[in-house]
Amino acid sequence: MTSIPEAKAPADEVVLEAIGLTKHFPVRRQLRDLFSNRHDAVHAVDDVNLTLRRGQVVALVGESGSGKSTVARLLAQLYPRTGGDIRLHGVSTKVKSGSAFRQYCARVQMIFQDPFASLNPVHTIRYHLERSLQIHGNAGDDLETALHELLERVSLTPPERYLDKFPHELSGGQRQRVAIARALGAQPEALLADEPVSMLDVSIRLGVLNLLRDLKERLNLAILYITHDIASARYFADQTMVMYAGRMVEGGDSETVTQSPAHPYTRLLIESAPDPDRLAGASEAAGEERGNGEPPSLIHPPTGCRFHPRCPVAMPRCSTDLPVPLEIGDVPGHWAACWLYDKAEVAS
Amino acid sequence: MSEPVLEIRNLNVGYGLGDQAVRAVRDVNLTLHRGEVLGLAGESGSGKSTLAYGLTRLLPPPGVITGGQVIYHPADGPAYDVLGLSDRELREFRWNETAIVFQGAMNSLNPVHKISTQLTDVLRAHEPTMSEHSRNARAREMLKLVGIAADRMDAYPHQLSGGMRQRVMIGMALILQPQVVIMDEPTTALDVVMQRQILRQLIELRERLGFSVIFITHDLSLLVEFSNKIAIMYGGRIVEEAPASAIYRDSLHPYSAGLLGSFPALRGPRRELTGIPGSPPDLKGMPTGCSFHPRCPKAFDPCASNIPVLGRPDTPDGSTRSVACWLHPTAQPVGL
Repeated sequence: MTSIPEAKAPADEVVLEAIGLTKHFPVRRQLRDLFSNRHDAVHAVDDVNLTLRRGQVVALVGESGSGKSTVARLLAQLYPRTGGDIRLHGVSTKVKSGSAFRQYCARVQMIFQDPFASLNPVHTIRYHLERSLQIHGNAGDDLETALHELLERVSLTPPERYLDKFPHELSGGQRQRVAIARALGAQPEALLADEPVSMLDVSIRLGVLNLLRDLKERLNLAILYITHDIASARYFADQTMVMYAGRMVEGGDSETVTQSPAHPYTRLLIESAPDPDRLAGASEAAGEERGNGEPPSLIHPPTGCRFHPRCPVAMPRCSTDLPVPLEIGDVPGHWAACWLYDKAEVAS
Repeated sequence: MSEPVLEIRNLNVGYGLGDQAVRAVRDVNLTLHRGEVLGLAGESGSGKSTLAYGLTRLLPPPGVITGGQVIYHPADGPAYDVLGLSDRELREFRWNETAIVFQGAMNSLNPVHKISTQLTDVLRAHEPTMSEHSRNARAREMLKLVGIAADRMDAYPHQLSGGMRQRVMIGMALILQPQVVIMDEPTTALDVVMQRQILRQLIELRERLGFSVIFITHDLSLLVEFSNKIAIMYGGRIVEEAPASAIYRDSLHPYSAGLLGSFPALRGPRRELTGIPGSPPDLKGMPTGCSFHPRCPKAFDPCASNIPVLGRPDTPDGSTRSVACWLHPTAQPVGL
């Protein structure tokens, strides 16, 4: 593997693509199922399409249990997929272990949610970064310089102060920066960031997000940003995709998705987000019949649209037919998987 | 403004004794009025949970209350200091007068007991004269109040979803109709949709039953929407206290402003945000003077050496708010 030339590739080249990505986790069979033919599975991710381009951030927004982390793990090839395809630069890839997996890792790196758990407490920062550089053969002639460069990239300066520390000596924000530096040590093309700031203190979250954005611009990275906070998706991402119960329900340009949401679920999500402008007391005015209830069981997901049991505008068709992604037509590229936007439906 | 129900005066709480002692809550003065939702915001380590446990005397060792008073005004009868109660009096006070919904309340239910057992257990302990039948009726009524069908009475906690478990916890806290309910990050483990449902329900219940709430969270944007008054803590002290709208529209302390600027907005123009540089202070090595000064963009001479006192600022709405910052020298300190 040669190192990736920085900023040489065309700006919006497709790096990683998921096509019809599906993951079902088998459920352990119980005694009473022994004589039946039932093979239950958790439908964690169904038919997900996603494109990561160079220099762009795609946000994947959803509640917990909606399958967004599973998508990241599938893309990182940490789980084998049940169906669909993952294409790296247009080439279908399926790697399990060994050098193939390592080569894949060098191009697609993941940042985990909890920097307290993702760094080994018995090793120094130097060890973590050295491993990353050496395994992927990016140490070059001078390991020390490479280490310093890495730490400087994530604004941990002066580097000498951090290199020989242990993770417990650093704050949460600094640890997450080390985790980012470790990912950069492989010189990846794509970063999969699974809730990278949700475990951090509020006052330092933006610092880490701004750092990621800065790195994206300097290194021309493709970033998948997974979050449950749709406001931060608007702030940080170019594209936003919304997931519900294992399926994509809406996608498009971040500004469009957050300012004129099309799918009823996205609307619910945005109305539920805390809004300081809606001061105490006034909150009751904003519509009572918002979808109540909870996300469905993924072992026996609802037929048709998975949101229909909670949807305030559900039609008879929603409970039988699975909605396909439909163009909204306001802004190019804005789509929603909802029958409300079907031409035939709009006409009637 | 209505009468106070809980007054915290110069409360100091620390962990450990002697040289290794860490002062987690320092000289806190705070008043909760009847029927009010008081939001307590701050980052982890700012002392907000310690404050809540301190004032209910639930602090496990090595936590010690090193000074101050917590004056409770019951609905009828004279006010008394919670910190001076004997064990027996404390038993009477707890749950009857103040209840607490813990952080990660979803895991606070006992997994091997039915919801009904856990709800009636409270009544059995606090109102031993109540008959079995009326205990069950009361528990059922409570569940209905928090929006859970009464036929879930006999469910075990694992049969309920996270949101429902949280509702059970809120119902359990309210079952003896306390005057004060303390909620320590009650919704952080929940999704935004569920969070809003539960908070809306809580506000409704508060209007119906008239209790006061101390709501602890790190999510300032949530507090601005749901509380009447907000107190912001940093490094164990309250740095600003004001009506929710005043905090949001014109916060006086640079830390409040920074905290508000740390939440990207969902509506309105998209702006470049920066958060606050640096990281929260270590309680063991607190900076001298104002504990925020190493991170403060507006720090000047007195900040590094003198501790600012919480006082009424010199602004038109100064009588309703207080701030501890040298940018706003105050004539009248609070609580002295």
